[in-house]
Amino acid sequence: MKTFRIGGVHPAENKLSAAEPIRVAELPKIAVFPMGQHIGAPAKPIVQKGDKVKVGQMIAEAGGFVSAPIFSSVSGTVQKIDTIIEASGYKKPAVFITVEGDEWEESIDRSTDLVTLADRPELTSKDIIDKIQKAGIVGMGGACFPCHVKLMPPPGSKPEWVIINAVECEPYLTADHRLMLEHADEIIVGLTLLMKAVDVKKGFIGIENNKPDAIALMQEKAKAYPGIEIVPLKVKYPQGGEKQLIDAVVGRQVPAPPALPVSVGAIIQNVGTAFAVYEAVMKNKPLFERIVTVTGKSLAHPSNFLTRMGTPMSQLIDACGGLPEDTGKVIGGGPMMGKALLNTDVPICKGSSGVLIMNEKEAKRGEVENCIRCGKCVGACPMGLEPYLLSQCAEQQMWERLEKEDVVSCIECGSCQFTCPANRPLLDYIRLGKSTVMGIIRSRNAK
Amino acid sequence: MANKLTISLSPHVHGGDSVKKNMYGVCIALVPALLCSFYFFGISAIAVTAVSVASCVFFEWAINKYMLKNPRPTITDGSAILTGILLAFNLPSNFPLWMVVVGALFAIGVVKMTFGGLGCNLFNPALAGRAFLLISFPVQMTTWPTPGQGFLTLDATTGATPLATMKLIAKGEASMSDLSNSLTDMLIGNTGGCLGEVCAIAILLGLIYLLVKKIITWHIPVSILVTVAVFSGLMHLANPTTYVAPQYELLSGGLLLGAVFMATDYVTSPMTHKGQLIYGVAIGLLTMVIRTWGAYPEGMSFAILIMNAFTPLINNYCKPKRFGEVVKK
Repeated sequence: MKTFRIGGVHPAENKLSAAEPIRVAELPKIAVFPMGQHIGAPAKPIVQKGDKVKVGQMIAEAGGFVSAPIFSSVSGTVQKIDTIIEASGYKKPAVFITVEGDEWEESIDRSTDLVTLADRPELTSKDIIDKIQKAGIVGMGGACFPCHVKLMPPPGSKPEWVIINAVECEPYLTADHRLMLEHADEIIVGLTLLMKAVDVKKGFIGIENNKPDAIALMQEKAKAYPGIEIVPLKVKYPQGGEKQLIDAVVGRQVPAPPALPVSVGAIIQNVGTAFAVYEAVMKNKPLFERIVTVTGKSLAHPSNFLTRMGTPMSQLIDACGGLPEDTGKVIGGGPMMGKALLNTDVPICKGSSGVLIMNEKEAKRGEVENCIRCGKCVGACPMGLEPYLLSQCAEQQMWERLEKEDVVSCIECGSCQFTCPANRPLLDYIRLGKSTVMGIIRSRNAK
Repeated sequence: MANKLTISLSPHVHGGDSVKKNMYGVCIALVPALLCSFYFFGISAIAVTAVSVASCVFFEWAINKYMLKNPRPTITDGSAILTGILLAFNLPSNFPLWMVVVGALFAIGVVKMTFGGLGCNLFNPALAGRAFLLISFPVQMTTWPTPGQGFLTLDATTGATPLATMKLIAKGEASMSDLSNSLTDMLIGNTGGCLGEVCAIAILLGLIYLLVKKIITWHIPVSILVTVAVFSGLMHLANPTTYVAPQYELLSGGLLLGAVFMATDYVTSPMTHKGQLIYGVAIGLLTMVIRTWGAYPEGMSFAILIMNAFTPLINNYCKPKRFGEVVKK
């Protein structure tokens, strides 16, 4: 069975909510929409205090090409435009909407009938990309890179494949898994739209083999669509990393930064993104809701929710039986790459794949000991780097050496720190080194 | 409630591996060889091991507490116990106990703690301790009791080790027949030598345990053993009356013990697999050069110590293969 070639680790899967069907989360009382939900320029609010909005109405326009508009997920009145601390830990401007009823824009097709490309032969590549851009779709695996930018590769590069990332290699998370089980047809049509958008004949869906039911179902559904292949992958973290997935599925390795995946012919989109693309293009529905896994060992009922954006995480946690007494850490995303949250008022955004509750014991890091030079971090690094050395150089502020040792190639997957027997905070230091070196490179290029 | 949430960067989970698990894992892998040494050399082997372990742990504790003034005790990580066992494994069973204490002081005090303790030392402490004792007390370090003289024997008769016989053969002072029949004995450990090195089967059991538990990878032991086998095989083919067959070289002296437990020491061996292969091949070559042309019958410990010194250099030049195709220009 296929997998990526260098490094990787096997964290305990803990997919507690894998058998829980998607539940529709209740509407919040107040929905909050931070303006920077994606990589690139923040969106600019186009509503004012007191405005009435409907579900699916644009409330902020894209701030540039690498940006995305934001749509209201609720109907109601704009209460205020203020700041909020969102999942990244930074304060961002945000639109607060008091929810009144549930009135949708009439242009949205709310039926569940499947619409395929055969039903809409008139759609061109430009139409599809246009709709995606106007629907505010970003990468829904967590990185939140605006989807339309990836579909317009720089001149000179030729896409050959679209690869759907349905790996869900983060422990605990099951949102993608449930989405595949409940919306397999829509995902595959979404993939055909993406393939048409970039004019390629071959599409892959990479799924780890800890989801045999999803693999079987997708394989069954894919039979009707020529050019689409389901690729079962051996379970290994970080297979959902863009570069690792391309290596696993088509055996090509994206060159060192700043090369893009399209330089080896691959366009990668998350499975949730493919579903959002389907809804945007075929159902005229902009991105304002998503599947979120709310999970944790101490939580009474780990669940998967179809959630409107802007819903506070605390409301979802309450719907799972409430925040446990022994909570030590709340994480937005999975345990390997997610972000620890300051509080549970943080709203669900486009990139919120999960909310993970850890108890006090799990939240504690082990005591740091001397590096015993075992080399396990070197063996675990999926990018072929030497984490012990990068961490040490960052600790000593040796920025030039760090650049020479390819610190900017680090994908911050955390495999090194996960595997370190001495509990060293390797990635903390490597992040410091990477961001400093990237700053140095930027200022050098600016000269 | 909100103010008791922990904020830290990802990853938020850990694989559960620890320094302790690795150190005690190696100790467990040493148990078969330890039991064999007790079986063949009796109570004096137990005495040497006990004194070695106790003094290593004591010196580490004392230096850490009174000289480094480190408030965190380091003896619980298991590394001092491991050094103690390995030092004992490198000594003859009739070695004077006060000399064992001196060796432990050198291993822990000079080789390990002066550099900053676990993880910072350049050389393998147990091997450096052995080398120190070999140079300081050459007679006591090269007098080998013959095994199986009864459990309570303290004043054992001594005899030549297979390695010494091999050296004599190479000089023309003994013949191949002096070595005959001893291959099975070398496998099970019924032969003269240091405490832990005699029983090949016990050491190989330890190797399997280390590999299964993923404490070490195959690279270092296999590259050493293959190099020695190839080198001695060629020598034997060239001149079968002077040079013994590879199986004798592989099973004699500290070769197996060194390849499995000494050369694989995390701290003093290279980090990358490529580096580990270079390191292993070089140890194999150096060992054979010393055994064949050197003054000492055994070259394993010196070969490893020499390559310990090269480890930082190997780390510097042997980079893992970075992810990413090379861009065609």
